[in-house]
Amino acid sequence: MTAREQILGEIRRALGRAASQPPLFRELPAPTLRIPRLDRNLRTDLFVQKFETLGGKAFRVRDASAVLPVIAELLEEKSAVASNSPFLRKCGVTGLPQVHAGFTERAELKQACADADVGITSVDYALAETGTFVMLSSHNEARLVSLLPPAHIAIFPRSLILANLDELLSILPRPADQTSSMVLITGPSRTADIEQILVRGVHGPGEIYAVIVEAE
Amino acid sequence: MSLFVTCIVDQVFPQVGIAMTQVLERLDYQVDFPKAQTCCGQPAFNSGYTEEARTIARHFLNVFRDSESIVVPSGSCTSMISHHFADVFQNDPKLLAEVQALEPRVWEFSRFLLEAAGVEDVGARFDGVVTYHDSCHALRELHIQSGPRKLLAKVRGLTLAEMGAAEECCGFGGTFSIKFPEVSGAMARTKIESIRKTGAATVVSIDSSCLMQLQGVIDRAGLPIRTLHLAEVLASR
Amino acid sequence: MNAPEREIRQAIDDPRLQLAIYTATGRLIDHRAGVVSAEALPHYQALRNEANAIKKHTIENLDYYLEQLESNIVAHGGKVVYCRDGEEAADFVLDLAKKRDLHMLVKSKSMTSEEIHFNERLERHRLEAVETDLGEYILQLAHQRPYHIVAPALHLTRYDVADVFTKELGLENEVVIEKQTKIARGVLRQKFLQAGIGVSGANFLVADSGAIVVVENEGNARLSTSAPKIHIAIAGIEKVIPRAQDLAVFLNLLGRSATGQPLTVYTSFLSGPRRDTEIDGPDEFYLLLLDNGRTKLLADPEKRQSLYCIRCGACLNHCPVYRKIGGHNYPWVYSGPIGAIITPQFHGITGDTWLPFASSLCGACAEVCPVKIEIPKLLLKLREEVAQVKRNEGSDGMGRFAFQLFAWVATHPKIYLLLASFGSIFFPFVPHVGPLKKWASQRSVPEPAKQSFHQYWASRGGPAKRRGNDGA
Repeated sequence: MTAREQILGEIRRALGRAASQPPLFRELPAPTLRIPRLDRNLRTDLFVQKFETLGGKAFRVRDASAVLPVIAELLEEKSAVASNSPFLRKCGVTGLPQVHAGFTERAELKQACADADVGITSVDYALAETGTFVMLSSHNEARLVSLLPPAHIAIFPRSLILANLDELLSILPRPADQTSSMVLITGPSRTADIEQILVRGVHGPGEIYAVIVEAE
Repeated sequence: MSLFVTCIVDQVFPQVGIAMTQVLERLDYQVDFPKAQTCCGQPAFNSGYTEEARTIARHFLNVFRDSESIVVPSGSCTSMISHHFADVFQNDPKLLAEVQALEPRVWEFSRFLLEAAGVEDVGARFDGVVTYHDSCHALRELHIQSGPRKLLAKVRGLTLAEMGAAEECCGFGGTFSIKFPEVSGAMARTKIESIRKTGAATVVSIDSSCLMQLQGVIDRAGLPIRTLHLAEVLASR
Repeated sequence: MNAPEREIRQAIDDPRLQLAIYTATGRLIDHRAGVVSAEALPHYQALRNEANAIKKHTIENLDYYLEQLESNIVAHGGKVVYCRDGEEAADFVLDLAKKRDLHMLVKSKSMTSEEIHFNERLERHRLEAVETDLGEYILQLAHQRPYHIVAPALHLTRYDVADVFTKELGLENEVVIEKQTKIARGVLRQKFLQAGIGVSGANFLVADSGAIVVVENEGNARLSTSAPKIHIAIAGIEKVIPRAQDLAVFLNLLGRSATGQPLTVYTSFLSGPRRDTEIDGPDEFYLLLLDNGRTKLLADPEKRQSLYCIRCGACLNHCPVYRKIGGHNYPWVYSGPIGAIITPQFHGITGDTWLPFASSLCGACAEVCPVKIEIPKLLLKLREEVAQVKRNEGSDGMGRFAFQLFAWVATHPKIYLLLASFGSIFFPFVPHVGPLKKWASQRSVPEPAKQSFHQYWASRGGPAKRRGNDGA
């Protein structure tokens, strides 16, 4: 008997069914998703408030053309790696000399991310109630860009800001249909493992920035 | 109405029973004390001796079967009767039905005053600063929290100083206090530290077992704090 | 087995340790309270009810959801390996590592892996398993086990950490916490980038998606599951939930209950190896589904609710006993109230028979459990089982006899009253005997009343005369 057969068989026996008998059950009620009504302005304000309480720094710019000066100032002389998000190209970020972009090969990308001071991405969604970035792994967004470099900048249109996790799950009930990795990023990497003292930037980025483009 | 004074009040703190009687009689209740009463069976139940607990609980049902209402100066004993008798008799439908019929007639003392008698002010006077300890069964099983405080608020001369973490266990836990004396003692000492910080000279609770635990540690530490049951405060004039 | 009395006493008599436990758990208590209050989370109780209902349904149909989970994982290119015990889980990993000629793996925090002594099993066969969660990394270097489900190094000071780093990493003694963190970060970064396998736990297994959910604050789980080419997740079979949308309930409860965070820094929803269009991520994904005795718990209809646990640690934080004796005085890796109820179920009731009694039944745990496990009720059930076992063995002589005698006395009121009057004579001698000696070791002994309430009532001649209307 395989481990699988044994375990499933013991489960059925434990639940009072014969080893081969399938369950008969009533369906679970549909999940209750609690989505507050928040207009666009309130969403953006709330996102910024929560994001900054977590230790992030948010910038609100009028339109895509206003992004570049903010990024240039944030980057200074630091080197950055950018994801392949079309929105970043639209904002002109990938044109900056210290920004390395256009990686499609895993090993190269990994090296670039390990070497870079800053990772620049867009997001798939943001969540207002918790100041969260939602990032789905794809051709446009690799996992390591928002993870390896010690700082992370996310540039995105404010129309992507949802109210909360419940709203995310209501529009994306099966994230696995789209991606092998969906990550919710809520604040900078942190730990309080030693004497409960908070330290930022343990393994993930210790500095995070949001640049929100209002017109989009 | 009938009093179930509980074995600890009967044997160690009868003044609590006397105080409770005084308060109820001042409210013109005719108080009865079924003499055959002994214990609710909680010590046996909490130690895993369900059979023995059942024996004691059956006796309780016999003694109080005809009582219109039963008033109890203890959150943990009330909870034993109203919540755990059902566990004790879970395999006996007849006695289970009796327990269910009994349950609405069983009252913890402070709840009786507030909800059955509809009284907040019993005309008491007690001068001094007092702090209130939320005993665990009362708080978490009977949801008694604001009631005793309302009663204390109406006592003339009394100032209520809330302690931090009032809902932390005093460490009695019945046989726990004997099986794990160091842990029990340490829990009580933490509690007493919270009490000391209020500056209160008196700790009040609706459970004598908690008060016995706390007074024991207070006396060992030589502190000038005394413990009183709510009934004793409400009976003072 | 008897309680570790000496170690418990040592823990209680250690003021530094007491302060560390009390403040750490106190902080977690306060943080949680802030985010589940009526103002912060008005539907908190509704969420608890929903969580309990979902877990109940899932556990009672566990085979169905495991099969659904498995089929969806396979559909996304992953593999599911059922493991009866820790040995099978470790053997699978050792086998895979051998096939791929890999000698080091990185690991993120997993209580399940502690449960099965995963690292030790691997190291016996010279496969290095590097803990990457800061607290766990420190403990690994120090050869200690976790002190708390969520805050594993709660009992260590910065000086302890400095000494561990000096001894195990050969570095100069560094006591600044931020610098200690940077040291660990530097060492572990290299491991993440070099490792051929990353091992994680899983907070939830999502049946309708073929996915696992991993929550963390540091980023080591993300790195362990994204940088190496192989990702292996180890999880108990009870971690499964039916739908991704059920995460609205569980994620809203987990972080808040554990640390007071509405969401932890990183919540990863991972469903297998990277897709064709994705640039990075693992090429291979394996989910090891562990039984290791869980089917035993499942078989008991009253106690199977123990399997609802989502490992938030709230019960530990609020337990006045845990807050005094600390995590290392529990016999297993799972400590606190949840440890007290599952340890006897996994290891047999005859093992640590003291454990279900190491509680004052205050109920603080049940009050904060996000999935509403009735912990005090289960402790009482276990106490009953211990009493049964002792009765069958004939080993509980004195205890059972005492309660039988008490029951007899309590059902014979005249005897009760008679003994009571004798008791007040014999009481002064009692502190020096048995249980009362234990009481007296911590507290003064109360004097029995000169006159019992029974005697008082008899002396006043019955009820007072009726005066007005009788509200009774």
